[in-house]
Amino acid sequence: MVTLGDYLLVSGVLFTIGFAGVMVRRNIIIILMALELMLNAANLSLVAFSRFHVDPTGAPNYNAQVFVFFIITVAAAEVAVGLAIVVALFRLRQTTHVEDISSLKF
Amino acid sequence: MFTAITRLPWFVLLLPLASAVVITLFTRRWKNVSSYISVAAVLGSFFCSCAIFVKADISAPEFNWIYIRGVFNVPIAFVLDDLSRLMLLVVSGVGSLIHIYSLGYMRDDEGKSRYFAALSLFMFAMLGIVLANNFVMMFIFWELVGFTSYVLIGHWFERDSAAEAAKKAFLTTRIGDFGFMIGILMVWMATGSVVFDDIVAHLSRITSNPDYLTIAAVLIFCGAVGKSAQFPLHVWLPDAMEGPTPVSALIHAATMVAAGVYLLVRVAFLIHASQTALLVIAWIGTISALLGALLATQQSDIKKILAYSTISQLGYMIMAVGLASDEAAMFHLFTHAFFKALLFLAAGSIIVSLHHEQNIWKMGGLAGKLKTTFATFAVGGLALIGCPPFSGFFSKDAILALAYGRNLPIFIIGLTTAFLTAFYISRAVIIVFFGKPRSDAARNGRESPLVMIVPLLILAFFALVAGLEPVAKYFLIVPHEGESGVIVSVLALSALALGVGIATWLYRNREHDPFHVDLIRHRFYIDEFYQWLINRTQELLARIADFFDRWIIDAGVVRGASGGTFGIGSLLRLFQVGNLQAYAFLFGLGIVVLIYFTIFR
Repeated sequence: MVTLGDYLLVSGVLFTIGFAGVMVRRNIIIILMALELMLNAANLSLVAFSRFHVDPTGAPNYNAQVFVFFIITVAAAEVAVGLAIVVALFRLRQTTHVEDISSLKF
Repeated sequence: MFTAITRLPWFVLLLPLASAVVITLFTRRWKNVSSYISVAAVLGSFFCSCAIFVKADISAPEFNWIYIRGVFNVPIAFVLDDLSRLMLLVVSGVGSLIHIYSLGYMRDDEGKSRYFAALSLFMFAMLGIVLANNFVMMFIFWELVGFTSYVLIGHWFERDSAAEAAKKAFLTTRIGDFGFMIGILMVWMATGSVVFDDIVAHLSRITSNPDYLTIAAVLIFCGAVGKSAQFPLHVWLPDAMEGPTPVSALIHAATMVAAGVYLLVRVAFLIHASQTALLVIAWIGTISALLGALLATQQSDIKKILAYSTISQLGYMIMAVGLASDEAAMFHLFTHAFFKALLFLAAGSIIVSLHHEQNIWKMGGLAGKLKTTFATFAVGGLALIGCPPFSGFFSKDAILALAYGRNLPIFIIGLTTAFLTAFYISRAVIIVFFGKPRSDAARNGRESPLVMIVPLLILAFFALVAGLEPVAKYFLIVPHEGESGVIVSVLALSALALGVGIATWLYRNREHDPFHVDLIRHRFYIDEFYQWLINRTQELLARIADFFDRWIIDAGVVRGASGGTFGIGSLLRLFQVGNLQAYAFLFGLGIVVLIYFTIFR
């Protein structure tokens, strides 16, 4: 029997992998992908909570699942914008490495 | 309501103003026309004053100027009691004579129109003080005389000393006027009115608090101290001698400086209610009397001798006020106005005939050349030292008798002052009129024109008779001397004889002043002390202001704001490392901290 704890464990592992990716990887596209991973970890835990949060009639609470759809939509938009920025950046700098992008530093 | 009679006080007040306006606006170019307008105006005032004096019950229409119901009410109205009717007569009478005299004295002056306009304006202001029936009106005219005094002292403003003297006179009297103003406000706060009659009616409201009353009375007295050149604000009067001599006679001897005494007599109801205030006033007057007489003994400028003499005589009047005898004060004011104006005008006559030489050591032997001037100066001097039967004898005797009866230390100082008075004026007479001429100007001196001599003679007549009882009784209440009269008279006369004798013995046939008392020559270093004090206080204030500006405003507020912003900015700049992952890490860390605080706290 798969419990809520198992789902949350997977979700946590996914989130950690994503966070570690954001922290350690230098390629901005990989960082974006890792970000998506973190997002989906959150989605997974939301769906899991929804599935296990049942009312007295046995029906799950669908609110969280609807919320996940929104997150996926927003994530798609975010990726579109993010990749567009990456493309623009690459055109400007001919690089996707974050070490090379440091013009905010004084 | 507006009958010819009731219009008279308005004529008295407004004729000189009209003259000043006309001269300033229209006749500046025509100097002689200006001077005649001014003389005509003051003569008109004088005749109206005479009519008012003769008519006992006269009242002028009045109207409200500022009227806030129950709070503040300033009418433009006149007080026409015995006191103000006498003052009107003295002011406009002496004023008329001095106006006429000015025709001669200022004959060839460039600024004749300006001079006569200012003189007319002064007459307006002075008559306003006399007529005012409330404190506010009086204060306004009070300031106006201060202003005209400033203008007239600085008449020859191209001379630096005159400009300086004018400034000094104005600022010094302003100090006193400030006290006067606060005094008025205190009286108004307590009684809710500035009109003299109303204050008398509600006097209990202020007398119920003796300390408050004393402070208010002394503050009002401050105004008199400034205007009447009493110690410690006497320093401006000798310097004011830079003005033309008729101005010295009119403003700085007969009228404006006497306004302080008039003010005190006018508000006697307040002052008499406080014994402390009376004592302060009496002693200030006594100190001024002695100080002025002492300083006069070593002056070599004829006008400055008379100026110090004025301080001294005003001291007598203030002393009389302080000894709670308004009659004696007014009596001396009345006689002093004549003989001191006379002395000044006679001195002016000497100065003119000697081509503006004022140093008595450059004069000498003038008795034979300026016969009339000598005679009138002698009359003035005799009246000043209180030689019977001249007017000063009676009025000074009245004050001394008063002091004898009420306060012995003051009497002794008063007597000493009488001795000194006899000494310094005899000294001046001997040096100026006897001996050999000490300069070419003195050798070639000629008598002044008739227009100057006639006022001298009229004033000399009054200086002679004004004190005689039948004459004086007609004008004012003559104080009774009581039993002490004989002793006091004998003492005063021996002081007089002693002073004249010593002066004659010391100064007969001298070429130079045999004495140099530095302390007195330097006016007891009072001017120097004030200079030092003002420099010091100014320095201190400047230093405090500088410290405040430099350290509080500049370093604290302005640089503090900019430095704070800059410092915090450079601190925050450390976070801008330029590494994307570092930002993300800080972001994550922030979230963790946030969660920690929201859940575990």
